[in-house]
Amino acid sequence: MEYLEFELPIKELEDQLQKCRLIGTESDVDVTDTCSNIEKKLIATQKEIYKNLTAWQRVQLSRHPNRPYTLDHIRAICGDTFLELHGDRGFKDDKAMIGGLGKIGDQSFMFIGQQKGYNTKTRQYRNFGMANPEGYRKALRLMKSAEKFGIPVVTLLDTPGAYPGLEAEERGQGEAIARNILEMTRLKVPIITIIVGEGASGGALGIGVGDVVLMLENTWYSVISPESCSSILWRSWEFKEQAAEALKLTASDMKKQKLVDEIIKEPLGGAHRDREKTFQSVSNAIVKSYEALKNLSPKELVAKRMDKYSQMGVFKD
Amino acid sequence: MSWFKRKTKGITTTTQEKKDTPRGLWYKSPTGKIVDADELEKNFYVSPEDGYHVRIGSKEYFEILFDDNKFKELDANLESKDPLKFVDTKKYPERLKAAQEKTKLKDAIRVGVGKSKGKDLVVACMDFAFIGGSMGSVVGEKIARAANYSLKHKVPLLVISKSGGARMMESALSLMQLAKTSVKLAQLADAGIPYISLCTDPTTGGTTASFAMLGDINIAEPGALIGFAGPRVVKDTTGKDLPEGFQTSEFLLEHGFLDFIVLRKELKARVNQYLDLILNQPLRA
Repeated sequence: MEYLEFELPIKELEDQLQKCRLIGTESDVDVTDTCSNIEKKLIATQKEIYKNLTAWQRVQLSRHPNRPYTLDHIRAICGDTFLELHGDRGFKDDKAMIGGLGKIGDQSFMFIGQQKGYNTKTRQYRNFGMANPEGYRKALRLMKSAEKFGIPVVTLLDTPGAYPGLEAEERGQGEAIARNILEMTRLKVPIITIIVGEGASGGALGIGVGDVVLMLENTWYSVISPESCSSILWRSWEFKEQAAEALKLTASDMKKQKLVDEIIKEPLGGAHRDREKTFQSVSNAIVKSYEALKNLSPKELVAKRMDKYSQMGVFKD
Repeated sequence: MSWFKRKTKGITTTTQEKKDTPRGLWYKSPTGKIVDADELEKNFYVSPEDGYHVRIGSKEYFEILFDDNKFKELDANLESKDPLKFVDTKKYPERLKAAQEKTKLKDAIRVGVGKSKGKDLVVACMDFAFIGGSMGSVVGEKIARAANYSLKHKVPLLVISKSGGARMMESALSLMQLAKTSVKLAQLADAGIPYISLCTDPTTGGTTASFAMLGDINIAEPGALIGFAGPRVVKDTTGKDLPEGFQTSEFLLEHGFLDFIVLRKELKARVNQYLDLILNQPLRA
């Protein structure tokens, strides 16, 4: 397990607890009381730390190296039923954008999401979760295929942004994202969107127009990353904490602005602390959202979705 | 010759006190050509020397597109609020106020309805002078309302993009304008009303990831910068030197994202020619 800087007090207590237990097993000393004291202290410290997280700390948690990624969620939720599908049929298969069919209970879903890697090699392979235009076009192909057969779509968002590369520009990164956004506004099947990690700007929204949009507790969603915002508005990388606050990017900020519908609670200490529990919460949220949408006719569904996005914005008339 | 000598060393005149040639007399194009301002205006703000398309705003585009410069402005009083209480080195309301005073505009877009070659046209035109033509709630809402007008009156829509992207000071609200404008364009498409996107210098970021790339035709002025990520970001990310002409109109045309490049003096003719052709109407002279 890796620890963020503000988690270090937890690491210290966990190390103590481990040592204490070791002493208990290796010697005749009764450590039950000491251990339970440390345990109590550990839980109290965890509660204290995670109760008052700053926006920047949540950003850090959303990028935690041990955090479950898109495919972890899908594989846990669908088990053996998941069948990954590849390719945009035009250029190539983007490894930063994954998709495929899987079941929850008796219901099939089309899962789509950005995928990050868990070590240096796989991070490169997944391009750090930054999709190219072909990734967005693959996502659209899968959505259209789902629409054709009346299969609901679940998109899992976790990206530091669409890839700002030379070839990405040549192949129309902007157009690919724009096309997805437009087609998603009128897709005739339910779309459930969950931000499971980072929700950076157009790169996230490119698969993020949903009937229901949910955020895991320690994720962020914004028009720009705090680092880039800092470099543009403050002309320095040093103001990322302030930028994170100013951008109102946490799940609770987004809910207050009515830009997302619900927050999915994470286990104490974050999604990575109890992955099974996180997967269960995500699965439950998908099922619950689908139950609320499945009886709407395609026409009602699209009208409601269009109406929802038409309402977004704050201005003086 | 002592009267010729400086009393104090160096240049001591403050910037404010420096005398300049009156503004608006001359224009210097990026290739160094000097053009008389009146002549520039007569030539659709295109340098007659080298064809350089000078950045202009909604006022000038309306003049170019609407017959006798007659049009009705829609939602002229829509203004930004500060829902996030956004502060960076400046407060957002202060930025807005400064931009309004400098530009005499309410926000980064204006919408006009009027006759172009005798037929109704809705034109939504961005103003780069207003906080870099950034798209926040007001830009999104005004485009949405322009599209609503088009839907209701069955009038074609032209959006002229000139924007650095989404407005950071409205964060996710700005981002959601990509979806909001796309909803309206989807409705226009379903109703069979033509939508033309004109990309001008610059069209980057959120605009490119939404309405600027979603036209029934996408067209651009020559030499405009058009892209999703800005050239500096691309260079920093990839560490590669950018090829010449990267992200220009000509580059986008070559890669299949534009239908054609239009000279400003031909803009009105080409837009209406396309509309007559796609709507199967007799061609207007």
